[in-house]
Parts: sequence; structure tokens; C-alpha cells
Amino acid sequence: MRALVLLLLLAFSPSVTSAQQPEPQQPKQTDEFVPISQLPAQDQLPAAPLLVTAYAFVWVVFFAYVVSVGRRLTKVQHEVERLESDIAKRA
Amino acid sequence: MIRTAWLVLKKDLTVEVRSLEIAYTTLFFAVSCVLFFAFALVKEGKAPEDGAAGILWIAIAFGGTLALGRTFERERQSETLRALLMAPAARPAIYVGKLLGIVALLVATEMVLVPLVGFLFQAPLLSHPFWLGAVLLSGTIGFAAVGTLFSAMLVRARSRDVLLPVLLYPITVPVIIAGVRATAALLQPDVELALVRFWVALLIALDVVFVTLALWTFEPLMTD
Amino acid sequence: MPKWFVPLAAVTALMFAASPFLIANAPYEATMGLVQKIFYYHLPSAWVFLLSAIVCGIASARFLFGGSPRQDRLAYAAAELTVLFGAIVLVTGPLWARKAWGVWWQWDVRLTSSLMGWMVAWAYLLVRKYGGPGSDKLAAGLALFGMANVPFVYISVNYWRTIHPATSVVPTLPVDMGLALWFAVACFLLLFVLLLRLRVYLEEQRARLDALYLSLDE
Repeated sequence: MRALVLLLLLAFSPSVTSAQQPEPQQPKQTDEFVPISQLPAQDQLPAAPLLVTAYAFVWVVFFAYVVSVGRRLTKVQHEVERLESDIAKRA
Repeated sequence: MIRTAWLVLKKDLTVEVRSLEIAYTTLFFAVSCVLFFAFALVKEGKAPEDGAAGILWIAIAFGGTLALGRTFERERQSETLRALLMAPAARPAIYVGKLLGIVALLVATEMVLVPLVGFLFQAPLLSHPFWLGAVLLSGTIGFAAVGTLFSAMLVRARSRDVLLPVLLYPITVPVIIAGVRATAALLQPDVELALVRFWVALLIALDVVFVTLALWTFEPLMTD
Repeated sequence: MPKWFVPLAAVTALMFAASPFLIANAPYEATMGLVQKIFYYHLPSAWVFLLSAIVCGIASARFLFGGSPRQDRLAYAAAELTVLFGAIVLVTGPLWARKAWGVWWQWDVRLTSSLMGWMVAWAYLLVRKYGGPGSDKLAAGLALFGMANVPFVYISVNYWRTIHPATSVVPTLPVDMGLALWFAVACFLLLFVLLLRLRVYLEEQRARLDALYLSLDE
């Protein structure tokens, strides 16, 4: 069964990779990053707000997630303690 | 195993033919979709470019979701799914039988939708009938493969009506994209057959992946 | 929590604190300038996003075919992290694109398939939360399909004409850019392991709570 699947996939992969979908008016796809020192001097682009927002978002999201997990954890742990003391009282 | 699948398919078709309830309601819903999109998108009597292809596939997707929900709702009401699963039949065969039933229903709907969309949008949909058939069939199988699996899984779940689109649409996005692009390529004045072949190949590859995954997971997903 | 957790968390925090300096020291890219530096967090988060989807898929398969509740807990945690890191990719990317491509979003293969994979992870969480009994298996089935999407997301940019940079960018990076990048990759991978362990711990406590409730009913 699995061999058949692999065979079919292999059979179709050449046709998938051979034809390209034409896209009009797109800038050339980047193949490698070229450091700026290899080109004549350019002005620094005013991209600071975007950069700052991106990094700030990453930090905020990590922080918020850890806080969320921590909150859920304390809630569950309190309930576990409550239940365990209830069971101990009954025993 | 093929016999089991054929029996399941025959049972479904027999039940459906008696009332044709799901067929008619799905068809009507799909046609309403097409009209809705026509009203929303047509400007000065002309649809946007490639609009016909997109509208056709949206109608198939929405109609298909409705058909899937209704088919398995019917199973749930008469508890026939549980009976089927208790029968000494290979589970994957049951899946295949159900899949073929859904595909048959959708293909019947598409036979009405295609001329309708062609008529409303002046789109030469029937210029390459073989290729259009290949596109529609492979796309429908891909959509139905995932849909049948998820609908069967959801039969016993809560909020199943809402959850089916939630589960189904993200996974079937590649199928819809490929279907739309292939259909749009067929509607161009000078058709690039190589491009159509590429999209059909991708659709068939997707079908193989989805059906294989579904066959593999149907058994553990349907057992309690 | 295991013994390695707190020391590893300390190391990771220090590494993250150090990463901006390495990133600031990396040279500017020729055409994109300052905004390209988003790359040093965008790419590692994308790799962890895909890795998390794979972890979720494998754990789901093992849960479906082996029935182990440990694998189910792992799958749930991995799905949540897929949403987390996917959100980071899908926000940092457009912020970069706004400057580099002139638009916030493009419906090209890489972006569309990433968005789709992200939505599958969201669907997993929705199913687990609102699906009722049996939703763990349902979600596991979904996760398998989501995992099938991952290779497609990665290679799509090499076979379709798209505006998104190709995967050949990474092997051809100059040394000082590569240093900043791989350091950030290490940071993100360590953080992924930490968050995964933390989230699995939450699931374990929930399981303990369920067991307590069950014993109470007896």
C-alpha cells in the first residue's frame, strides 16, 4: 500500500516540478543575501519602527504565553490541593 | 473489500434515490451560492477575471460541506454508522464506500453547476471537456476524501455542524487553490495545456496523500 | 519539573539577552538595509513553527495508534506552540514585507500555505476545547493532515515563482550574518523545548486533577 503511494508520488513529482506557474510583474526572487558593504554606500532605510515592533511583538508574545501557562497552572494546582485535602478529610 | 465498498455505496445510493432530499437541497444551495456571488461580484454586467472559476469552486466547497453534514446526520439519526462499524467488514472499505457516495453526489451537482456558471458568466467551460472533467473529478475526490473522514469522526462529537468547516476548510485549501487555478487556466482564450496538466498532477498527488492518510487513520478514529 | 528546567531556562534567557548584540553587529543587507534584521527572529520562529507542527503530528500518530495519553498531552502542547510560533512568523513577516515588498501581504505559495498550516493548528485547539468527548482523537486525526502540509510549506518557495526568498539564502549567508542567525536558532530551539516541557507539565497536572475527580466519584 505504502509502496504504491510512494510510486505514485514519485511518478508525479517530475510533472509537478517541471512546469512553473507564470507570475507577471514580480521582483526577482532573492537567492542570497548580499551584505551592504559589497555595494556602493546607501542611505540607511527608515525602517526602525517596523523593526522595533517586530522584536517587541516577539518578546511580548513569549512573556504573555508564559504568564498564561503560569496562570492556568496555579489554577489547576489550587484545585488539586483542595481536592486532596477534601479526600484526606474524608479518609 | 471492494465488494464491501460497493455494497455500502449501493446502500447509500438506494436510500438517497428514494427521496433525493440531499441531492435537491445540495443542488439548490450550490446554485444559490453561485447567484449570491454573481450578485456580489458582477459589475456592469461582467464578472471579475477568473471569477467564474472561483465561484464554481466555492459553490462546490460550500455545497459539499452541506452534503457531508446532511449525509452523516442521517447516519447518526438512524444509528446506522454504529451498525456498519459493528458489521464484520473492513473499516477502510466502509470509508471508500462512503467516499464514493459523496463523490457521486457532488459530481451530480457539478453537472448542473458547470453549465449554469458557464451560462451566467459567459465562460467557455465546455471547450475542453476532458480536462475540465479531470480537474473537477480530482478536486472533488480530494475535497470529499478529507470531508468524509472528518464528518465520520464528528458524528459523535459536540458542535459538529460548526466544527466540520473549522476542520475541513484549512486542510482543503490546496485542493481548492489547485482546482480554481486549473479551471481558470482552462477558461483562457488560448489554453496552456502544460499548465493545466501541472495543476491536475498536483491535484492527483493531493488525492493520493489524503486518501492514504484517511484510509490509514479511519480505523483508530472510528473506534471508541 | 525536571532538574534541567531551571538551569536551561537561565541559559536561554541569557542567550536571548545576548542575541540583539550579535544581530546589531551583523552587516546590513544590500537592498533591504535595517529592516532585514527582522530575519534573525523571523526565520528561527518559522523553523520552530514547522518543527512544532511535526512534533504534534508524530505525537498524534503515536496517540492514535498506540493510545498513550502521554503522547496526547505532548500533541496538545505542541499544537499550542505551533499557534504561538506561527503567530510570530505571521506578524514579523508582514512587518518586514511592508518595507521590502511594499505590501503587508501577498497571496504567494509560502505565505498562503503557512497561513493554512497555522489555521489547522488553531482548529486543533478549537476541537480540543469545544469538541466534547472523543475530541482528542478527532484533533489527532487533524494534526496528521496538518503535518502533511509542512514539507509543502518548506519546499514550495523553491518550485513556484514567489516573491518570498528561497531556501538557498541560508546556506549562502556570509559568516557574520550566519553567526547571528544560528545563535538565534539555538535560542529559539531551547525556548521551544522549555515551553513544550512547561505546557506538558500543565497537561499532566490537569490529568492528575481528572484522576482525583474520578477517585472522588467512587
